[in-house]
Amino acid sequence: MVGMTKKKTAFWVAVFLLPNLIGFFTFIVFPLLSSLAISFTNWDLISTMEFVGIDNYKQLMVDKEFWAAFTHTVTFIIGYLPLVMIFGLACALLLNRKVKLRAFFRAAYFLPVVTSWVAVSLVWKWLFNPSYGLINYFLSFVGIEGLNWLQDESLAMPAIIITSVWKDIGFVMVLFLGGLQNISTSYYEAADIDGANSWKKFWNITLPLLTPTTFFVTIISLINSFQVFDQVMIMTEGGPGGATNVLVQNIYNHAFRYFEMGYASAMSWILFIVIFVITLIQMKMQKRWAD
Amino acid sequence: MLLPFLWMISTSLKNQGATMVFPPQFIPDHASFQNYKDVTGAFPMLHFLGNSLLVAVLTTLGQLLLCSMAAYAFARMQFWGRDKLFLLYLATMMVPAQVTMIPQFILMKNFGWLDTYQALIVPGLFSVFGTFLLRQAFLSIPKELEEAAFMDGANHFSIFWRVIMPLSKPTLATLGIFSFMQSWNNYLWLLIVINDKSYATLPLGLSLLQGRWETNWNMMMAGVVISVLPILAVYLFAQKYFIQGMTMSGMKE
Repeated sequence: MVGMTKKKTAFWVAVFLLPNLIGFFTFIVFPLLSSLAISFTNWDLISTMEFVGIDNYKQLMVDKEFWAAFTHTVTFIIGYLPLVMIFGLACALLLNRKVKLRAFFRAAYFLPVVTSWVAVSLVWKWLFNPSYGLINYFLSFVGIEGLNWLQDESLAMPAIIITSVWKDIGFVMVLFLGGLQNISTSYYEAADIDGANSWKKFWNITLPLLTPTTFFVTIISLINSFQVFDQVMIMTEGGPGGATNVLVQNIYNHAFRYFEMGYASAMSWILFIVIFVITLIQMKMQKRWAD
Repeated sequence: MLLPFLWMISTSLKNQGATMVFPPQFIPDHASFQNYKDVTGAFPMLHFLGNSLLVAVLTTLGQLLLCSMAAYAFARMQFWGRDKLFLLYLATMMVPAQVTMIPQFILMKNFGWLDTYQALIVPGLFSVFGTFLLRQAFLSIPKELEEAAFMDGANHFSIFWRVIMPLSKPTLATLGIFSFMQSWNNYLWLLIVINDKSYATLPLGLSLLQGRWETNWNMMMAGVVISVLPILAVYLFAQKYFIQGMTMSGMKE
């Protein structure tokens, strides 16, 4: 800087950076390191902490409830991800054209995204109500009756998936809209000259050129859906019979219902490792596309 | 797509008998705002609304200030270890909130902050994403502008406040709206640190409503409408910034 002494600069750096830095270390770095440390202990918050090495992790590997939670999370993702991607892309393709009321539709699809999970979950719980819910009412037209959505072990997860897809379509749509706008119109003009139909244009131009976006959206949605919790907590609390007990619900139960801080922390680190690996894959692939 | 919202509004205007009618009525026979009166009278919905506003506004303002100040240091100042420190910030961005949540809870407990507004506001002030976003914005502002100001005898504070901040308004708006929404919709953290419902914000308040009136769906939907309307109003007013915030962070809430 022009005519500034070192001491003065240090003063200004401190003024600007310290408040944030103190918070960063107190509420992010320190908890991150403590969480790792706690995962090597048994601790119920009251009695003294007992160091147990990697016992929690060993125990997790043979814990049926944990693997069930892992499986439920993966089940959620397998149901949720393809649906939200297909609907999100379809909506993006429709709204990328100059349709009437485009702004209205865009707002309508994004509305669930800005609404809290708790509000959305309560509305859908009411829609899934077995006796007076709108969904069973519509299903009765096609001869399906009396589904007990959230109390039925085989239907509770599909109900949560449907709710989540509905909430997130707008989010995926917006990401895809961004990708679509990056595709140069000259490709389509060239295809028009060759007489290609819209299906061919979609298959041979849009989809291949959209690959980096598709990949990015998949990774982001994957990371987010490994952390699925709010809708589960409100709609089923992990039930019925543990059928929707997902990873974060399981962490929450062990930490804040059974007060097994060490065990819950170990679980959260497994979750972290999964997300870390996905992030690494993304970074690698993104580099390839950037060149 | 809008049907669940319309059904929510329709239910909130019905009396309890009308919610139990089959086939369902889309337009209630005797629409009234009685549920809104009941849910705000017998249940502190308005108090939750006030808490939500207080927490969201303070979190947003505080986060904007703290993030922009640190971002200024990272983008505009030279100091030892700057780039390594910033790399550490970036590295923590991929850590899922569930990892730090348990020690953060213990921290709140040791501070004596369980069931306080501090617990709802203070940890939310330190956003790595926000610092990162604003640093990017500040980096794009030409150096010549501040050099000229330094020549005129300005110090860092006045350059930050008079040059950098006004030029970064769109990014500040994006971050502001986005952190407002995150704070407004936050649920898991409240579930952990708040037991006393006088500190509950709307999402936690709604979940308490559920425990109390599981079968009174018309009243629950009135509560949900109350929680959705403010964020809806903000959204319609600042759509562009909402969408930017979400696409840039890749986070849904």
